[in-house]
Amino acid sequence: MNAKIRTLLAQTGRLAVDVNSLSDDQDLYGAGLTSFATVQVMLAIEDAFDIEFPERMLNRRTFASIASIEACVAEIAGPREAAA
Amino acid sequence: MNAHASWLQDRAARACAVAAQYSDQVDSDARFPHEAIRALKESKLLAILIPRDLGGEGAGLSDAAEICAMLGQNCASAAMVFAMHQIKTSSLVTHGVENDWHRTFLRRIADEQLLLASATTEGGGIGGNMRNSICAIERNQDRFTLQKDASVISYATEADAILVTGRRDPEAPASDQVMAVVLKDQYVLEKTGGWNTLGMRGTCSEGFILKCSAPATQILPKPFAEIAAQSMLATAHILWSSLWYGIAASAAQRAQGFVRAEARKKPGSTPVGATRLTEATSLLSLMKSSILAAITRFEHAKLANDELNSIGFAIDMNNLKISASQLLNDIVRESMMICGIMGYRNDSPYSLGRQMRDAMSAPLMINNDRISGNTASLLLAHRLDPRLAS
Repeated sequence: MNAKIRTLLAQTGRLAVDVNSLSDDQDLYGAGLTSFATVQVMLAIEDAFDIEFPERMLNRRTFASIASIEACVAEIAGPREAAA
Repeated sequence: MNAHASWLQDRAARACAVAAQYSDQVDSDARFPHEAIRALKESKLLAILIPRDLGGEGAGLSDAAEICAMLGQNCASAAMVFAMHQIKTSSLVTHGVENDWHRTFLRRIADEQLLLASATTEGGGIGGNMRNSICAIERNQDRFTLQKDASVISYATEADAILVTGRRDPEAPASDQVMAVVLKDQYVLEKTGGWNTLGMRGTCSEGFILKCSAPATQILPKPFAEIAAQSMLATAHILWSSLWYGIAASAAQRAQGFVRAEARKKPGSTPVGATRLTEATSLLSLMKSSILAAITRFEHAKLANDELNSIGFAIDMNNLKISASQLLNDIVRESMMICGIMGYRNDSPYSLGRQMRDAMSAPLMINNDRISGNTASLLLAHRLDPRLAS
């Protein structure tokens, strides 16, 4: 799942740096993620994992790092995606 | 209304009387509303949002909104200066109280009634997109320097301090910004542009190159993105809308006065403009209720950080700005239709020229089309909440 999220971030996140240079906990906003790009990342993740982010997760914290995105996707998708 | 709110409004009423006295002169000369701002300082109204333990009054946003509306009825430029100052103050109150330098500075604002200005707009294609910067903070041990080509700094030369944004450091991407407080003796301003506009002529929103050097402790610890999302966006849209409500209310009042005068002249008949007045007052109450709903929404959201950071909250606050700025213009236009040529004249007691020119700034000041574009993008993610009263 981590690799898939990184690929989607690279495609849609418009980051100022190479996504592979980022650690899982690194601040994505510090890496240039804007609020507009956040929406694009969210849409890409929803499509790729066939999920929908609930309203309570649609905030700045969810998209603050690769680890936080991963935790949210895992929570929504449940065990079926954990192995992906 | 509680006793403190009533006391605040009594003090604001005195400043409003001064603002009204000089509003035509401020407008015709496109000059800073010195007298009104001095009166606000004398009434100690610049620090009302600052907590009591830091020398302020711990007033709520609704108190500041009421004063904006009161001032807006008398001098929209003075109201806008007051609003911009309170927006900056609220950012410091929300994000600066954990830092010693900023706590001391908040106390100084209260003691000395300091006026804060804002340098968030930048030239070089950045324009009103304040969430991107070209300029960057350059740190040198415990100090920093910053040079900003600020295409607009309202009342820059009248302010006691400026809150300026820039990239965190010269390597940071455009969106990774911080905000710093710089004091009058820590910056120089080189004027690059004037302010000769249709309306809001007294805000003196001129262009400057701002060069500053100050201790690094004056940089706010939180990223500017969080300051913008958690205090600035909501406070700005609510306080702007409040002073726009003041302009709208004063226009509707003039229209009502005109209709009543007509009715007195021809007893027994309903004046031509009377029906249109119902439309104007209906729009005015729509405007009022949407501003009050936004204030309540903000007060609730502040209790839960996730709510404040949510997409739904940002959409609501954007929608408030767009609808209030449009309603203002609709109401002033309706009022003009009611007063007819007497509203159109600059020399009649029913003149609405200044209100109309001031109102026209509202959809442009951070262009509604830009805000709509942002909201449209957010709506791709947001799930609409169909509930009414819960």
